[in-house]
Parts: sequence; structure tokens; C-alpha cells
Amino acid sequence: MIPAIAVGMVIAYFFILTFVLGLNPQTADHAPQIAIQQVANALSIGAIYALIALGYTMVYGIIELINFAHGDVFMMGAFLAVLFAGVGAGSIPGLLHLSGPVENPILLIIYMAATLAVVMPLTGILNLTIERVFYRPFRGGSRLAPLITAVGVSFILQNVALVLFGSGDRNAPQIFPLSWRIDLLGASVPVLNIVILIIALALMFVLQTFVRRTRLGRAMRATALDQQASKLMGVDVNQTIALTFAIGGALAGAAGTVWGYNFGFVRQDLGFNAGLKSFTSAVLGGIGNITGAVLGGFVIGFIENFAASLGLTRWAEFSVFVALTLVLVFRPAGILGQQVGERA
Amino acid sequence: MSATPVVEADKVAKAPNGARVGAGWRKRISDFAHAHRSWTIVISMAIGAVLLYFWSAFPPFSFVQSQNTWISGFVNAGVFILLALGLNIVVGFAGLLDLGYAAFFAFGAYLYAFGASPFSHQHLPFLLLLVGGAVVAAVFGIALGAPTLRLRGDYLAIVTLGFGEIVPIVFLNAEKYTQGTNGIGGVDRPNIFGFQFPGIDQTAYYVLMAIVVAIVLILVYRLLDSRIGRAWAAIREDELAAAANGINTVTTKLAAFALGATTAGFAGVLNASKLTIVDPTQFQFQVSFVVLAMIVLGGMGNPFGVAVGAFILYNIQSVLLKQLNATFENLHVPILQDIDFVKFQFLLFGIALVLMMMFRPEGLIPSQRRRRELHAADAESSEDLALVAPDAGEVSL
Repeated sequence: MIPAIAVGMVIAYFFILTFVLGLNPQTADHAPQIAIQQVANALSIGAIYALIALGYTMVYGIIELINFAHGDVFMMGAFLAVLFAGVGAGSIPGLLHLSGPVENPILLIIYMAATLAVVMPLTGILNLTIERVFYRPFRGGSRLAPLITAVGVSFILQNVALVLFGSGDRNAPQIFPLSWRIDLLGASVPVLNIVILIIALALMFVLQTFVRRTRLGRAMRATALDQQASKLMGVDVNQTIALTFAIGGALAGAAGTVWGYNFGFVRQDLGFNAGLKSFTSAVLGGIGNITGAVLGGFVIGFIENFAASLGLTRWAEFSVFVALTLVLVFRPAGILGQQVGERA
Repeated sequence: MSATPVVEADKVAKAPNGARVGAGWRKRISDFAHAHRSWTIVISMAIGAVLLYFWSAFPPFSFVQSQNTWISGFVNAGVFILLALGLNIVVGFAGLLDLGYAAFFAFGAYLYAFGASPFSHQHLPFLLLLVGGAVVAAVFGIALGAPTLRLRGDYLAIVTLGFGEIVPIVFLNAEKYTQGTNGIGGVDRPNIFGFQFPGIDQTAYYVLMAIVVAIVLILVYRLLDSRIGRAWAAIREDELAAAANGINTVTTKLAAFALGATTAGFAGVLNASKLTIVDPTQFQFQVSFVVLAMIVLGGMGNPFGVAVGAFILYNIQSVLLKQLNATFENLHVPILQDIDFVKFQFLLFGIALVLMMMFRPEGLIPSQRRRRELHAADAESSEDLALVAPDAGEVSL
């Protein structure tokens, strides 16, 4: 059912885009080809948003807190990837000192896997530490206090990055060769876009299986439903919440890594915008709903890409925000969510 | 935090009594302050403003910078006091987290720039625009709040965050109307009833700012004790119970949002008329964040604490940090001379905000009521809370 919706969405977006591009005399000749390329772009950026959105939605689902720092964990992940694989950022030198594409496929896979294997646990630990130090003391207390604290933590992370790495764009190594392209229905599409999509979907599949099939996953679902009752049933609630943060952080780290491959730069205020868009994705899909967050991420990718395809790149953020407001007005529960308004 | 609730109740009850047994003049002042709060605000603002004005020409102030620079800084601080008082209505009174407050500040500023600048070829009266800026900000506040305030509070935080991010982008992108990054320059200085504000001497701005702050303080205090102020407190403490008691939660929250935006509109107009330039960078997220830090530090819900917090934090930001840099560099203090405190300012604010939220969420100058709410988790039992009645002064144990 859900995969069918997703595929339907992609096809629908392709036709809409082809139609709109066909209206413009400059792009009319190659409208389907350009549309395919844009769809591939939208899917890879959507996959990144979806990975970040998962962290928002899982944390919100389990403790009803908007973890404002999550976008900045993603940013930290992107920097960690640069520090590990690249030439470094700010005054901190890189470890592997890669700066350009790695043409040897086996070596490339090793590098990418190694980067993910280093970055994901680190961002997981970062997010876990944030939860332990800053959010846990507030559990069971007022709602406003942890929310304000979360904003503060986000600000701290951003400024730590500013102090460590400086402001402005820092080069991220695009180790995946951008010259690798495949021919898809007459359009030449970067392989990287497809690889990002595959990495993201694989991680999502692992997550989904984990949440649905394992004991810890069941504990997570139980805690999200009712903390008190799960405690009575022998679930270690604190540990489960910590685990949720760790998983969310690891996914954000993966998103940060592939962000660097795709865009070739990292900046200390990256997390703010990406976080906002990813949270919008989570709301769009129905907050607390893992599949919804993924769908939402792709929808936001499409919306942003659509604005860019029309030559309105500067208004992309505006259109995402309008989407957020419209969803909250007409369907606050999101595409797949339950009625959130009444759960308060 | 560790004090037992009963002890706390004792403390609260005794505080006003303690004041009454004091010396005669102290009693008279406190009686006067209780009976005529608005006059107290006017008088203390007047005394404070005059004192600060003249004192800034003498040590220790004169060691740092000239009197005119101080006065100019105090006017800027006044802008932040207004912002903090306005945000305090939303966050402190109604308990709603607004993270895009700078957007309303921007509306006030841009309205003034549209109404009184060579760019727009309009030169409307200052007072008209002051009111106009507030009205426009309030309208946007309602437009933003109406769809989102029906939902739970967390959504408001994220929508306002998005709004605060989008508004400067819109002003930046709509180059035709706002001159984009360059901003609208050469904005008129205020002209009130024929008195033209001079550019260099900031005294007129200072007086105007003191008057506006005093008026807003009076209004805010009156709001706090009014029917709607009590409704805000009820919603903040328990929205469901408030609704069950007949409070229309949506319109009440909307009122908080609109009134908060109004104050930001005032601040925007005043700021634009002082700087005589309006550009999108003045309204970035940092502004919203700093104002939030100010009210958290000062004491959420307590207008006096918030105003003091804003004043102090502004001066730390604009004077102290720069001064620290200069001092350490001049004295060649090892390590410290290499630290750029201005660069670290937002990091320091973030840390201060988080530490305050964790260890003293009621702020440095708390409102009694807010303190009890924020420590409700420690007190646990509702019986203890009942002992500490809202009007602490009336409790006799």
C-alpha cells in the first residue's frame, strides 16, 4: 500500500513537472528528460530530509518533545564526515585527507561505509548525550521548559560549530564521482542520486524492521503509547528513550554524510534550515509515524524541487513553509497520522 | 529546590509582612506602590531615566565610552526591553513558545520604512506610523496564530520558527519593494508635533523611549491582573481545566499573540527611526533567540524582571563583551587575550539559557506564581500547591 503511494507520488510529480516544463518554450523540447533529472534530484534531497525527519518523528512520538537540536546533530554529522574523510574544517585537520572523487568502486564503497560507520555512532552518542544531560531532568515536569532548553541546545551546537569550524562554506569531499551517470529514458542521471536514495531506503528498511520485529522495537512502541503502562510491564523507559535518541542521531549522521557527497559543502547553520524542513516533513507525514516521516520527506523534496525547477529557488523555503501552514490548517494530523489535536 | 513546600509557603507569606514592620518611609513607599502601581512605574521610570542619563557622564560609565554613546546604547536597550515585554506576554503570561518573534519586529520596521523614507516618497507622521506598525504586526500575529493556536503548543513553536525564518527571506527576495540586501536607507527621523529629532544627540530618542517603555510597562502590568491576564495564567497552568471553566482558549491565546506582536511593532518602528536604515539582517533568528534568553534570564512572567533582564543582557552584549576583549588585549592576559568574546556571545547566551532553564527556570527576578508552577514537579502533591495561594500577600498563616 505505502510503496504504491510512494511510486504513485513519484510518477505524478514526474508528469506535473513535465507538463509545467513543457509550458516554458526554453525547456519544452527536453521536458521529459529534464523532469527525470529533477525527479532524481528531488528524491535524493527528499531522502536526506526523510532521514532527518525520522529522528524528529521518533522522538516526538515517544516523549512529545520537538528536539530542536536535531537539525544541528545532522549538521554535526556532516562536519564529522568532513573531518573523517576530508581535508578537515576550520583549524581541525581531516583524517583521510580525501578531497576529490574516488574512481575505484571498491575503494569508494570502503570509504563510504567507513565514513558512515564512524559518523553514525558518533552522532548517535551526541544525540543520546543531549537527551541524558538536557532533556531527562525535565521529564514529567512542565512542557515549556524542555522546549526552551531544546532551542538553547540547538543554539549551543550551532555556535560550537561556528567556533570550531568558522562561518561560511567548508568544503566537503565529493568522493562519489559526479561524472558517473546512467542513462534513464534518454536522461542522464547522476548515479549518486540513486545511491543516496538506496542508502536512505536501506536504513529506513532496517529501522522499520527493528521497530516492528525486535523486543527493543516493541518496547519503543509501547513507551510511545503509554509510558506508565510500559513501566509496569517491565520496560526500561529511560533506556528505551535513550535508544530512540541514539537511533535518531545515527540517522541524522547518515543524512549529514550523504549531504556532503551531494552538495560538496558544509556550513555551521546548515542544521537550522534542514531541521525546519525535516520537521515539516514529519508533520506532513503525521508526527510520530515513521512511514509518514519518510513520505513527508519526499513530498518536501518535491515541493522544494518544484520551486527550483520553475526558477524560483529563492522562494523554495517560502513554499515549504506555506506547505507546513496549509497542512496544519487543513490536516493537522498529517497524511498518515492520527488526530494529534485531541491527544493533548 | 530542596526546600520543603511548607517552608516555601511560610517564606511567601512572611515577605510582605516583613516589609510592613520596616522603617516608616519604607512602609509608606511600599504602601504607595501597592495602591498606585501605575504611578509607581511612572515615577520610578522617570527617576531611573534621569539618574542614568546624568550618571552616564561620570565614572564608572565615563571610563568606558562617551555619554552620547551610552545614551544611544540605552535607547537600543529600550528596543530590546520592548521586545522582551512583548514576548513575555506570549511566553511568560500565556505559556506559548514563539520562536519567530523578530518577524513582528520586522513588520513594524518595514512599515515605518515604507511610510517615511525617500525610497517610498512618503513622509507620514511618526506617531501615526508608530500606531500603524503595531497594528500591522498585530494583524500578522493574528493571521499566523489563527490556524496554529487551535493545535497544541509545540506546533506553535515550530510554525513561529518557520515564520521568523521566512519573513526576512521574503523581505530579502522582494527586492522591488525592499531593496533586498541593501535595505531601505535614509529613513526619516521622528518628528513629533513639529519637533524634529536630531541625528547626533540621542537625548530625544532617550526620552521618547523612556516614555514608551513606561507606557508599555503600565499596560502590561494592568493586563497581567485583568480578566484576560488571569485567563492566560489559567491556560498556561492547565489548558483543559481553563476550557472547562468557560475560557475560550483560542481567542485568549490569540489575544496574547496579537498583543505580543503589537509591542514588537512599536519596537520595530522605534528601531527603524533610530537607525534610519532597515534591512533583512536585523531580523534574523538570533534576535528572537536573544529576546527569549532575556525573558528567561529576567524571569518569565514578571514584567519588571524581564525589563531588567533585557537591559542588562543588552549591555552585556554590546558593551561588556567588547570591553572584555579590549581589556584583556591591553593587559596582555595570556589565553584570555586571544579569545574573541564577541564571537562567543551567542554561545554564551545559549549556555546561559540552558543553565537557567535547568537550574533556575523562574529567572533571576521571578514572579512568585511562575516559580511555583515551574517547581510544581518538585512539590508533586497538589495539596502543597493549594497552601500557596495565588495572592501571596493575602495569605496569613
